Amino acid sequence: MAYLFQLIISGVVVGSIYALSALGFVLIYKSSRVLNIAHGQIIATGAFITYALTVWAGIPIYISFPISMVLTFFLAMSVERIFLRRLIGEPIISVIMVTIGLMSILDGLIYLTPFGTENFSFPPFLPTTPIAFAGVSISWTQMVGVIVTFTMIGAFSWFFKKSTLGISMRAVSDDQLASMSIGISVPKVFGLAWAMAGLSAAAAGGIIGNITGLNFDTLHAFGIVVFPVVILGGLDSILGAVVAGIIMGLIQQFASGYLDGNWGLNGTGEVMPYIILLIILLFKPHGLFGIHEIERV
Amino acid sequence: MTQLIVSEATLTFGGLNALTKVDVTIEPGIITSIIGPNGAGKTSLLNCISGFYHPTSGRIRYGQRNLTHASPHQISTIGIARAFQNLELFRGLSVLDNLLLARHQNLDYSIFHAVIYCGKAARIEAENRAYVEKVIDFMELEPYRKKMVGNLSYGVQKRVEVARALTLAPNLLLLDEPMAGMNIEEKEDIVRFILDLKKEWGITVVLVEHDLGVVMDISDRIYVLDFGEVIGSGTPQEVAANPKVIEAYIGEE
Repeated sequence: MAYLFQLIISGVVVGSIYALSALGFVLIYKSSRVLNIAHGQIIATGAFITYALTVWAGIPIYISFPISMVLTFFLAMSVERIFLRRLIGEPIISVIMVTIGLMSILDGLIYLTPFGTENFSFPPFLPTTPIAFAGVSISWTQMVGVIVTFTMIGAFSWFFKKSTLGISMRAVSDDQLASMSIGISVPKVFGLAWAMAGLSAAAAGGIIGNITGLNFDTLHAFGIVVFPVVILGGLDSILGAVVAGIIMGLIQQFASGYLDGNWGLNGTGEVMPYIILLIILLFKPHGLFGIHEIERV
Repeated sequence: MTQLIVSEATLTFGGLNALTKVDVTIEPGIITSIIGPNGAGKTSLLNCISGFYHPTSGRIRYGQRNLTHASPHQISTIGIARAFQNLELFRGLSVLDNLLLARHQNLDYSIFHAVIYCGKAARIEAENRAYVEKVIDFMELEPYRKKMVGNLSYGVQKRVEVARALTLAPNLLLLDEPMAGMNIEEKEDIVRFILDLKKEWGITVVLVEHDLGVVMDISDRIYVLDFGEVIGSGTPQEVAANPKVIEAYIGEE
């Protein structure tokens, strides 16, 4: 029984980080219908900036973490401004090719830094003895990571539900022409969507870095697992990203907890998300919460 | 009251001239109609005025302002609003929210006021709400106020489209085929709304419409476009007697 609870807890920890990673991806897709293939690289960049500020510049993590979020906010905003702004109105496939190019460029740049090949880990800043309760344990880093994640998701939901800018972003995702005609600057909204995606990616990166250590391949993998998560949740649903992120985290933990080692299976946790991805695409191509568009003729 | 002047506007897509040296003057306070066969450039002209397209050459002036290269969201803030030919509504929102959203773009209270929600913020919100209710009243949309726009009938959606443009409190309203696909009764309603807008609200209306009966009845001034050129203009009587216009519509004798 304790084993089950342990799996649930680590599933929720991993899942909430998936949710935060997927959030940025959904933000960009929702407002501009662009699939940002380079999202994993932005997550990694955010993580490395946090590390550089914390360890190399010696800034305490509770300051360096928000600073890296702000930096990545502006970084993603300039990426949109420089590379994607001029592609508004071009076929979607060209835009996706640009984000693939962006992925390669960011990969290349990251390999130029020590982060590309070496592993780093954050110095522990929280108590290292895990919180144990009835045979189930969770580390302080995980605990804080989950709290920060849920706070950020809550803040994002509030922003979209209540703030004028958030509502403008939803309006643009619904109907661009109509949004322009009522005075919303669509390019500004696209820029903001990228910026906020960058911000949430940096947060996700920072948290992953603290929990698992900084390894470019691991961070890369997070960027890829985002795909099954958003497909499960529905590409344009923020709630979907959160729910699907947690479901995916649980599935992974259950798979590696119960299947690995039995019947000669191994590494099922890594494969499971993609098996699920295929099954969803067969039965529910719009995901759990995605908008199923009905054409009126 | 502001005059809108389109002078020598030319709009080309590749080798195709959508508009060729179009001169149109929209006088304030009256209903100006733009008619012409399909593909004559009527919607292109509206798109130029509302900033969705920019003329390849020529100028558009609204009072003292040069609108030739203004973007749609800038134009919507200076009192020019537009309703689309094909419905462009926020389908997932209620009628009320569609209108409030249009109203919300020009809020001028700070986040500080918004958080404590009293004084200025509350007052502006109340004013906005009152204005939106006035528009809903006028367009006779009360029964649909809380209904999701995507579920309403086509005729009602067209009315919501006009209502949303009105919510911006425009001086100049561009209506792109507001009566297309409607039955006689629905058309009569829209005609009544347009006439009241002119008389009671003092709004300048630019109407693109195919129903010549309606156009001849309600317009103060008509421009006729054909193949992107203005082939005739004047009062309904003048236009109806213009041989070039008759030729474009009925063909040569």
